[in-house]
Amino acid sequence: MGEQRDARTRPGAGSEAGGTVLRVVARELTAGDVVVLVLADPAGDRLRDWAPGAHVDLVLPGGVVRQYSLCGDRYDPLTYRVAVRREPAGRGGSAHVHDHLAVGDLVGVGGPRNTFPLVPAQEYLFLAGGIGITPLLPMIEQAERLGADWHLAYGGRSRAAMPFLADLPGDPARVSVHARDEGRRLDVAALVAAAGPQARVYCCGPAGMVADAERAAAGRPPGSVRTERFSAAAQAAPVRSDPFEVVLARSGTSVVVDASTTVLQALEGAGARVLSSCGQGLCGTCETAVLEGVPDHRDSVLDDAERAAGDCLLVCVSRACSGRLVLDV
Amino acid sequence: MSTTAPATTTPATTTPAPLPVDDTDAFGEEVLGDPGPFHAALRDAGPVVHLSRYDVYALGRYEQVHAALVDWQAFASGAGVGLSNFRREPPWRPPSLLLETDPPHHDAPRVVLEKVLSPRALRRLREQWAADARDLVDEVLREEEFDAVPAIAEAFPLRVFPDAVGIGTEGREHLLPYGDHLFNAFGPANSLVARGAPRRAEHGAWVDAQCAREALRPGGFGAAIWAAADRGDITPAQAPLVVRSLLSAGVDTTVQGLAALLHAVATHPAQWARLRAEPRLARVAFDEAVRWASPVQLFFRTATGDVRIGGAVVPDGEKIVMFLGAANRDPRRWERPDEFDLGRDPSGHVGFGMGLHQCVGQHVARLEAESVLQALLERVETVELAETPRRHLNNTMRAWASLPLRVRRR
Ligand code: HEM
Repeated sequence: MGEQRDARTRPGAGSEAGGTVLRVVARELTAGDVVVLVLADPAGDRLRDWAPGAHVDLVLPGGVVRQYSLCGDRYDPLTYRVAVRREPAGRGGSAHVHDHLAVGDLVGVGGPRNTFPLVPAQEYLFLAGGIGITPLLPMIEQAERLGADWHLAYGGRSRAAMPFLADLPGDPARVSVHARDEGRRLDVAALVAAAGPQARVYCCGPAGMVADAERAAAGRPPGSVRTERFSAAAQAAPVRSDPFEVVLARSGTSVVVDASTTVLQALEGAGARVLSSCGQGLCGTCETAVLEGVPDHRDSVLDDAERAAGDCLLVCVSRACSGRLVLDV
Repeated sequence: MSTTAPATTTPATTTPAPLPVDDTDAFGEEVLGDPGPFHAALRDAGPVVHLSRYDVYALGRYEQVHAALVDWQAFASGAGVGLSNFRREPPWRPPSLLLETDPPHHDAPRVVLEKVLSPRALRRLREQWAADARDLVDEVLREEEFDAVPAIAEAFPLRVFPDAVGIGTEGREHLLPYGDHLFNAFGPANSLVARGAPRRAEHGAWVDAQCAREALRPGGFGAAIWAAADRGDITPAQAPLVVRSLLSAGVDTTVQGLAALLHAVATHPAQWARLRAEPRLARVAFDEAVRWASPVQLFFRTATGDVRIGGAVVPDGEKIVMFLGAANRDPRRWERPDEFDLGRDPSGHVGFGMGLHQCVGQHVARLEAESVLQALLERVETVELAETPRRHLNNTMRAWASLPLRVRRR
């Protein structure tokens, strides 16, 4: 053993909470009380690949985890772009980003993960409410690239409060703007009903709007209306920044994992032989069964149900929310 | 391309480094029969070498092969992952929706297949495959000498994989020659391709017919792919081609992966003894065999712009061949690379590729291999070559035609 590892297969350097850490390389305040962050690897390495609809977890101080859609250019392997709206009623995550996170700061990142993937179609209807525009931006770019027919209906309080409006094409055949202060309501049911039978509808916005889209889906082919709520359910337990204990059930030994190591490295240090491959939570090779404890999933592979089951862990990137994790190793 | 800076398509500003040239026939019988010396020469010549005979650029070092595999933006698969450049000539079959596409077209089929073949989806097969492996090993071990290629390496995947996909039992003999020709066709139109050409259409038609919804039993990978089409995750037109990718890429590869593993343990008695003592090393053993032998030896990419590699520039639209087999034996990355050694951590080998196109069937391959190896470990005390094994030449696969083994049963 003792082979040198390729720089790009090595998991990211540690942060306060452990795991992958990116640096804020640009920051801009935009319409709608939204901060746009550009993130990059501190060493300039490639970031993990993603596709339209993907989000990342930002690990904020106090173990607060918030999900933000990636809204940049997937052809740029070096940066991620996310947009964070200040939530007046928020629990501190967005306020921290707005008030404290500055260019040069490091931030813990999990994922990317995609629970809202763009499926192939000739025709797309995109329905956005406010900050719900973010996952749709790369989708629109992709629909354009594929030569698909697409239309975006974008609703908000007022034009001034609608982020990224200025970046969208002015062509009304493509984009219709529904600003409430102009009296132009976004009628989800009518728009979905008017869409072609083969069209795929993507809706992201406030709960009411998403519920309207889901109601309008009745009577359409399965899978043709896809929605994402941006008030995603909070993580079961806050991410811990303290070290945690990993117990290797088969040998009965245990190791402490602190912020500077990964679970995989700790297992190897304890003499376990866990096969891995990509080192980035993408390929699933290092999947390990969890016998006890609460995982903190940072991979790109497991879906919501698999995460909720809590019975496996991609040890190359994922960690623990609980103080103790018993693995079938 | 250094280890820290990703490959970029940024135009070269400084004068490109001179490019080493090699006129060896990388697909000639000599190299196919024993690629080691050619691979070593390639790695030592430089990070990128021009193969003048085919006018393509070759990567043999781990660092550059890994970097090219993960950099799908600069190294495209959509113009073909063989020598043929789809920008200049039409593909011989409708291109694969996985292997021979780039984002965004690659996205949806990949998402679907990843789910269908995920370790979690395979859990339900584990016990059945373990039992199938025990049955097969019991049958084979009636003799103390046998040819492990037909008896195990071919027999086991053919026993479990087509059933797992859900195809019928008639005509399965088409699978191996179909795959053999496919993997030859990633190379030049040499005699190996000519040999497969006459029956190519026949095998292809049979494979295509198995991909239809009606041909696939409920509960299999194939039906799961069609279910994804019913959910709108892929289109109904894509579904048969996604099924085809399983039948193309999932049989010969595992046959030769198993053969590589069996050859490795038969020629390394100390490693077999170690496995006997620590059967939990089975997973590591298979991946170490995949690193050591690289059953899939190479794949091509196409430069999407002028791409700078290690100081040299590969012009837009040119073909680049990544020698996975050479990278997996690169002494710059691996200590004592030519040794099959269960003490090493083979993690990070590129035998299954890396990045967006990394083998989506790797968990299937590992489960098959683990099943067979565990069954053998239960019944076999020692294993050795009974006769000199014989290679099967293929343009992109490192394959065995015959692997006569002698075992001592427990
Ligand atoms: C030891 C056995 C195997 C080896 C060595 C192997 C090797 C590879 C390699 C090197 C690639 C990457 C191709 C590239 O980067 O262009 C790949 C891709 C692929 N493999 Fe495997 N493979 C094996 C088994 C399997 C099995 C069992 C299946 C099906 C169940 C499978 C299906 C695929 C598919 C569909 C792709 C294309 C993935 C994509 O482009 O996204 N392979 N394989």
